[in-house]
Order: sequence, then structure tokens, then C-alpha cells
Amino acid sequence: MIGQAKGRNPGMPLDMGWVRATTVNRSATQRRVGSLVARRSVKKAWQAAWLLRAITLIDLTTLTGDDTPGKVRRLCAKARQPLREDLIDTLEAQSLGIMVGAVCVYHARVKEAIGALLGSGIPVAAVSTGFPAGQSAYAQRIEEIHQSVEAGADEIDIVISREHALRGDWRRLYDEVREMRAACGDAHMKAILATGELGPLWTVARASKVCMMAGADFIKTSTGKEPVNATLEVGLTMTREIRAYEELTGCQVGFKPAGGIRSAKDAVNWMILMKEELGDDWLDKRLFRFGASGLLTDIERQLSHHASGRYAARHHMPMA
Amino acid sequence: MPQTSELFHTMTYGPAPESADAAEAWLDSHNRQFDLFINNAWTPPADGDYLLAANPAREQPLARVADASPADIDSAVCAARNAFASWSALRPHQRARHLYAIARNIQKHARLLAVVESIDNGKPIRESRDIDVPLAARHFYHHAGWAQLLESELRDYQPLGVVGQVIPWNFPLLMLAWKIAPALAMGNTVVIKPAPYTPLSALLFAEIIAEAGLPAGVVNIVTGGDAAGAELVAHDDLDKVAFTGSTAVGRQIRRVTAGTGIKLTLELGGKSPVVVYDDADMDGAVEGLVDAIFFNQGEVCCAGSRLLVQENIAEAFLARLKRRMSHLRLGDALDKGIDIGAVVDPSQRGAIDSWVQRGISEGATVFQPSLDLPAQGCFYPPTLLTGLEAAATTAQEEIFGPVLVAMSFRTPGEAIELANNTRYGLAASVWSENISLALETARAIKAGSVWINSTNLFDAAAGFGGYRESGFGREGGKEGLFAYLRPRWQKRARPELGDAPANWGVHTPPAPTTMLSSDSSGGAKEVALDRTAKLYIGGAQKRPDGNYTRAVLSATGELLGQVGDGNRKDIRNAVEAAHKAKDWAYYSPHNRAQILYYIAENLSARLDEFACRITDMTGVAEAAGRGEVELSIERLFHWAALADKAGGSIQETNTRGLVAAIHEPVGVIGIACPNEAPLLAFVSLVAPAIARGNTVVCIPSQHFPLCATDFYQVLDTSDLPAGVVNIITGDRDHLVNTLVEHDDVDSVWYFGDAEGSRQVEARSRHNIKRTWVNYGMTRNWSDAQQGAGEEFLRESVEVKNIWVPTGF
Repeated sequence: MIGQAKGRNPGMPLDMGWVRATTVNRSATQRRVGSLVARRSVKKAWQAAWLLRAITLIDLTTLTGDDTPGKVRRLCAKARQPLREDLIDTLEAQSLGIMVGAVCVYHARVKEAIGALLGSGIPVAAVSTGFPAGQSAYAQRIEEIHQSVEAGADEIDIVISREHALRGDWRRLYDEVREMRAACGDAHMKAILATGELGPLWTVARASKVCMMAGADFIKTSTGKEPVNATLEVGLTMTREIRAYEELTGCQVGFKPAGGIRSAKDAVNWMILMKEELGDDWLDKRLFRFGASGLLTDIERQLSHHASGRYAARHHMPMA
Repeated sequence: MPQTSELFHTMTYGPAPESADAAEAWLDSHNRQFDLFINNAWTPPADGDYLLAANPAREQPLARVADASPADIDSAVCAARNAFASWSALRPHQRARHLYAIARNIQKHARLLAVVESIDNGKPIRESRDIDVPLAARHFYHHAGWAQLLESELRDYQPLGVVGQVIPWNFPLLMLAWKIAPALAMGNTVVIKPAPYTPLSALLFAEIIAEAGLPAGVVNIVTGGDAAGAELVAHDDLDKVAFTGSTAVGRQIRRVTAGTGIKLTLELGGKSPVVVYDDADMDGAVEGLVDAIFFNQGEVCCAGSRLLVQENIAEAFLARLKRRMSHLRLGDALDKGIDIGAVVDPSQRGAIDSWVQRGISEGATVFQPSLDLPAQGCFYPPTLLTGLEAAATTAQEEIFGPVLVAMSFRTPGEAIELANNTRYGLAASVWSENISLALETARAIKAGSVWINSTNLFDAAAGFGGYRESGFGREGGKEGLFAYLRPRWQKRARPELGDAPANWGVHTPPAPTTMLSSDSSGGAKEVALDRTAKLYIGGAQKRPDGNYTRAVLSATGELLGQVGDGNRKDIRNAVEAAHKAKDWAYYSPHNRAQILYYIAENLSARLDEFACRITDMTGVAEAAGRGEVELSIERLFHWAALADKAGGSIQETNTRGLVAAIHEPVGVIGIACPNEAPLLAFVSLVAPAIARGNTVVCIPSQHFPLCATDFYQVLDTSDLPAGVVNIITGDRDHLVNTLVEHDDVDSVWYFGDAEGSRQVEARSRHNIKRTWVNYGMTRNWSDAQQGAGEEFLRESVEVKNIWVPTGF
């Protein structure tokens, strides 16, 4: 069962000893990931249930240069009704009120998204702070958060300065993220590490620690724009840090893998990782999200197969 | 089936069963009864007896399999013998094709093999499917390669003949592959007996090899109980016995085959340590422990069953481990979502539980997570015992189940000491992110496989096998091939043995010679200055403890001198000295080479004296005496040359990273020299041993010991550290007996008679010591192959495979 919701992560003073003591062994991580997905499997009704749950964990995303109000409206319509009605009926899932976890857009599209989602309860997330590279002027990055919050975004996905992580300047990274969290106010902050640009797994682990100590509500793998996106190895590394942080502070920090998660099978594997490493609390949108765009269609197809016994065509699923 | 909407809230896993339909259909096609596979034909057992094979997870019978009688064993051996001539005469390439075909056919039937293995043994289908079967196929592929390379890589060797193999129930198919693949590749034929609990995959394998076109008689598979196994290993028409199983049974087999000239390799038990340093990736190490002790229900000979965790992180580490253990899932072997399957048999579960109870009585705190155990079936929960120290029996003995004993240490030195504080030496696992610390620890732990930041990694290209009471011989890698080969020059020893004398090894008292003085000069002839040869222990000349001497006569019966009559205590002291000198192993190879060259130099300086001594003792012509000394000098050069050129190799496994096969010294080696070529044989045996870093206790030629006692003056002047070579003269067999029964001697080489060879092999069983004996057959020491072949090198080293996965 999903545990009782706890309060937001307030953060804590930077503990450099804890950061420095971080060790991650790549081959051991690989081996765990290999056995994790090989030794757990969900079939039949269980699979359907897990995929329904997966839908509720999706931050349905569009983050491209050609996003327009029209595109965002279509996306939001899909977010409100992620499954075809006949599928909902066959699966007897009417009472579950299946909707996606959030809609994630650039700042410029926040207003349209809010309008399109009005009354649905689906939060709007805005990427911020010079997304995806985080190389714009610092003051401008902070201002960007203020603007998105003012525009009504419920969640802010910030990108960290990779520079500080790569140079081991953890104090500066901590101070920046801390200030970004302050700028977010009541909006929840997801800190994007851009793990594909951080090098070894221990840098990922250290950056995770620093962002959590600075008060991130979620830590997120990638912008989706790096050459390597969310891998299970990075995911395992970050979830273990989340667990360690909970042991240290009692605070639960959320996790969001993003980029490259396209198939229902991928989604289930990520959920297995959450369940095994962090527990069932992290199978809830409060603490776990997928950053994805195409994933939903594949989940729909698999659920259609479950409902009908026939393999489904992509064009039978309404577009996002 | 529960409602999807309900499952949406509970988010449980649910069952994920693998179908057993094909396996059941296969069993049905045999009417659930299997005969013996002899000469590629199903042959009913002579006595008509059958055993029951059962599914331990469901407590259901699966099939009846033949219980081979002595007559059946005999006909299987006979079939293998008949097939040997044509099989061994095949071109290696033809044999390579056969092994390749077997590998391919294993893959074609991979899923059926996996399902059969899981229902018979209880192991999770994920393991049989992803580990056991792929590794078995890989073993045949790898050895198809060795068959292909026989003429280029192993041209100085020949097959042994007929091999009898007995395998255990924990990895039935994989152990079969480990046994059969190298045997066939090297040109031998096989009779193999699967374990009574788990015969089915071997019987399916029988059909697979027949389908692959393997000639009749090359592999014969005889199912049966322990009696059938005992019958097989005692069969006198075998050339080799290979056994994997318990140390107790290994001991019995060592006694049964002793002295027969039948080659033996044993892969036995373990109590392997997992060392976790405070800089380890703790979560990674926790998973490593799951792989180490809960893999295959802990029914693994190399299971990491002794956790040694650094004291400053012990509490945090055990907390994480317990948390992880409470996430394990137990269940039916065919469920794809389980971590731990069924224990093989209720008797084994009983044995595991009685060990846990014993642990409790020894003061252990038991942790068993509250997991859902299936209502039916033979299951045992994952178990952690804390609060035990090294002194507890539970911390010393193999449990062979999912039971981990945890202890702590303070420093690396203490970790190594604790890791080595065991009668076993099969495997170890070391967790640290500090490469110097991890590798040094791996070097120092006495075990055949050491996994750094990993555990239970296997590959056909890396040898697997034990130190100490975990057995001898390797399976896999090039090092494993020699278990199935003999040097080309060497004939199979078939010693004529009578009843063992009751008094073998009992000390024969020396007596003064009864010869009268032959000096008729009335004392006018100048008397040579008396030189008393003493024992050489710890770099010093020592009077024998008993203060007796033995006369040494010349070829013409004249008294040449006297040597000390060593006794048990002298051997004890020599072994102590050899242990004290173990730093020798850490001398640089260059340094060891230089000292061997120096010995050669000093021997050369005294060439005339040694030649004269040989001539006086043995009566050979002067030129022959000189020749022997010159050849001895050459031998010293040979092994000095190899002191820095035979340290090991890199194995090409499926693991990303490095797997280094390191040739470590065996330790303390007892060497009994033959009577032939008294100086050359002595040098030929001692030089390779010390070149590779061993320390030795040497018993020189019984009849002609004086050139060995003269030799210690050469050693004294050659910078050889004290205790590296110790020389004890006296009643050879008595001294050898003391050495072979000494638990702190790692290997005994015996070049004497057939009876002595039998006694050495039989008595070595107490600590499963390595032995190298000649079964009373002399060899031509001046021949390069016979006197300095690779055999000498192999006997001087233990192959340790250190696995170092890499990555960032």
C-alpha cells in the first residue's frame, strides 16, 4: 500500500564528509541492474494493473522548438484521457480515474497548458533555469523560475550547473540549488542532473546527495537532450542515494527518470527498480514520475492487447 | 484471478510461471522411466533397480531412473574403453567439430534443459535459464576450441584414456559440462554418474549428444545411488577419476584410488569468505552477498558463506543486508519472479536447519526475514547468523544452504588472517574501491578464485578449483586441460601392489656398519678428516634430534660416510623453518633467479668434487659423474630462467575487466628424491619448486644422500635465505610419512617405490594435500622433457584466478 504522504524535503546543511565518502562500483551496479529486471516479472492482470499505474506516473512532455498552443492543447487532452474509453471499460478501470501525473512544457507554453488542464487536477511542470544546458546567466536562470511560478506552474524542473559537479565544486552547486528551491516557493522542484554529461556514477551519486541536501523535491536523471539519457544503472545509483538520504533525514525525495523511456517494458522495469530499492511509496506520482512523450502510446497498446488478446496498431491509439 | 483495479492499489507481483509442458511431455515420452545410457543406447539396469527423481518444490515424483549395479558400471567402462581407441585417434579438428555440435545442440534445447533442471533440482528458472545452461554451452564451445588447438598448443601431451566422473546435485548440467567437455576435447572417453537427486538433465543431455552424432561409447551416463558412485571410482580399468562433491567423499576416493596410477582431481567443499572493507560500495556489496550466499539456495561449493566486514561499518552494513534480505522472494522453481527456490531434498533442509540450531547453541543471533514461504515444498528461508566468532563450528564448517555467518575485522591484515583461518580454499570475494588494498588482499587469500567487487563469476576460460581441503586440480582454462592429459613420453603407471604392509613408514633403526676396516697398512695410511653430514634446517647445520646416524656405502660397499638419521621432530623443525621462510614467495622473481644462478655458479666451482662424490657413491664412470653435475648446473639455469617467465596469464572471459590467472607458490613442499641420478634428480626437483617461490623440505636419495648434504654448503654460499631449502636425511619412508601426515605441508612429491607412492597418496587424504608420485617408475632425469618438463612447473604452482571487473 502507498504510505502516508510526508512533508516536503526541507533540505539540510551541506555535509561534505557525506559527499566525499560516496563510493559506487560500476560493475556491481551493472550486475544488480541485470538481475533486478531478470528476476522480477509481472504478467496478466498484474501487468495490466502495473501499466495503469505507470500511466499515472507519466509527466507527459513536449519540449521542442516547434511547440505551439495547438500542440500543447492536444497533449493536454491526451493527459486528461490517456486511455481510450473502451479500454477503460474492458479493464473495469473506470473508478481509478486514470490520468497522467503531470504535463511538462517550456515556460512559454505554461499558460496554455494550465488553460487546457483546468479542472482536471493535473499539475503543470515547467522546465527552467536555462534548460537544457543551464549555461545562461545565473540571475536570468533564477528569474526564469520566478516567471514560471508566477505563470502558475505547479512544478519546476531545473537543470543543475554541470560545471560545478564536474569540477567538484559542491558548495557552489549546493548554494545554487538552494536558491533555486527558494525561488520555487510552493512549486515542487525537480533537479535535473543531466547524468549523461556527468561522467562516472560516483559523480552522479554525489550530485544527487548535494541536490537533496539543497532541498530538491525530486531528482531527475536527464533533460532528454543529452547523448545518454535515463539508464537503469544511473537510476539505481540515484535511488540508492535517495534511500540513504531518507535514512539520514527521514525525508522522502522523489525520482524522475527522463529520456529514452519508450516501451511499456521499460516502464515496468523502472517500477520494479523503485519497488525493490525504495519500496511501494515510490510507485506513486508523489515520489515517482517518468519524463516521457511516446511511452503512453506503447502502454496503451499493451493494455489493448491485454483487453482484447490481439496485438494493437499504433494508429488505433489517439495521438498526444 | 484478482481484479485489475484491486491490483492497481496493491501493486504486488503476482505469479509469473514458466511452462513445464515440454518437460512433462519429454518425461512422458519416456514413460517416466529412464535406463542407463551406454554405447549411445538405453540399457536396462542388470538388477532391474530404479530410483525416484522428484521435484522438491512441489514434492512430486518426476520419473524413475536406473540404479546402476556393478555389472552396469563395468559395461559402461567397457564401452568407454572400446570407444577410446577410435575417439583418441580422431584428428583434433574432428573432435572439435563434435564438441561444437554438442554446444550447438545444448543451445537448441536450452529452454527444455533449463526447465528440466529447475523441476528436478528446485533452482529458480531464471538461474537455470540464464546461468547454468548458457555456461554449460559455453564450456563446450570453449573446449571445442582447445580440441582444435591441441596440435599447436599441446603437442607434447596425450589423452589419459577412460575417465570416471562423479558429479553433485547443485549444478547437475553445468558440472556435467565441466567434466565432460575437457575430457572429450583432450581425447578421453567418459563414464559419468549424475547425483541421485538430480539425474534428469544428464539423461536429456544423453539424447542431445546422440542427436549431435557423438560416436557410441564416448560418453556413457550411468545413474545410480552412492553405491554406484563408489563402484565407478573403484573400477580398475579407469585412467582418471574426477569428482565434485563433499570433502568427506573426496577423502574416500583419494584412498580408493591411491597408488593405482589412476589420476585424480577433486573439487570439494568450501567456506568462502566475503571481505567488505569500509571503502566498499556498500549497496553493491550487499547485492554481492545476495549473489554469494542466496544464489542457488546457497547450495554452492564456492558460496560466500563467511562475511568479514570491517568493524567500523559492520552495524550499518548488516542493517542494509537485513533490509535487502527482507525483499527476497522464495517460491516455485518455475516462477520467473523468485530469488530463492527449493532446497534439493528434505534431508538437505534438515541438515541446514540443524546447522542453524547449532549456531544458536553456539551463541548466534539468527535473522530470518518474515517472507512468504510456499505452503508446500522444501524451502528454507535466507538466514543471517551474527554474534559468532571464528571459534564457532558454524563459522568453520560448510553448511551448503542459504545461511550466512557474519564476523568483523579491524585491519586488512586481520581480514586476511580471518579469511585464511579455514581448512578450505575454494573462493573469496573482496569489496573495496581501493585497488591496492583489493588486489593485495586477493593475492594474500588462499583460494582458487578471488572475485573483486563481484562474486560467483564463472567462465569456461578461467580455471576453477581449490586450495587446501577444497581439493586439487582446476576445471576450465588451459590449466584445467592438464587434468585430462599426460606428457607424451609418459606411460600410464600400472604398479603391481600387494597388500599394504602394516609397518610402512615406521622408523627402521640405524645400526653401525659391521664391516671391518680394510686398512692393512697398520695405520700408516693417512686418515681422511672425518666430515659429519648433518641435517640442514633453517639455513644451519643441525645435529639430528635423535642423535643417531646412518652409514652411507659406496658402490663397492665401502663406508663413504655417515648421515644424520632424521626423525619426526626433525621434520617438524624443518617444516617450521620452511614456513618461517615464506617471505621467499615475495622475493622479486629476478632476485630468485639471481640466487638460482648463484647456486649454479657455486656448484660449477665445485664440479670436480661433486663429480667425484657421484662416482664414489654410485660407481658410474667419471665422465658420467661430471656429466651429471654439468646437467645439474644446466637445470639450475633452466629454472632460474623461468623464475620470471611463468607467472601466469590473462584469461579471456565474458566479464568486462581483467581476469588474471596468477601462478602462486603451492607453499611448503615435501620432496622425497629418487635413488637414480642422486644429484641431478635432487636439483631437478628442488630448483623448480624454489624458482616459483615455494619452500621445501627435501629428503635426499636414500642410498646416495651425500651429494645432497654436500649441497648445503653450496646453498650456504649462494645467498639463499635460511629455511627455503631444508634437507633431512634418514629413513626415507619414515620421514615421508611424517611429511605427508603433517597438516601444514601443502604438497608432497615422492619419487620412490610403488608402495610408498600408494601410501603417500592414501595418507595425503587427511588434509587433501596435493601429491606427485612416480608409482615406482623411474624416469630419465637427463631428458629435458622427463627431467624439466612443464609438469614440474605445474606441480610448483597453484593457479589462482583473480577477477577484476572494471568500469566507471
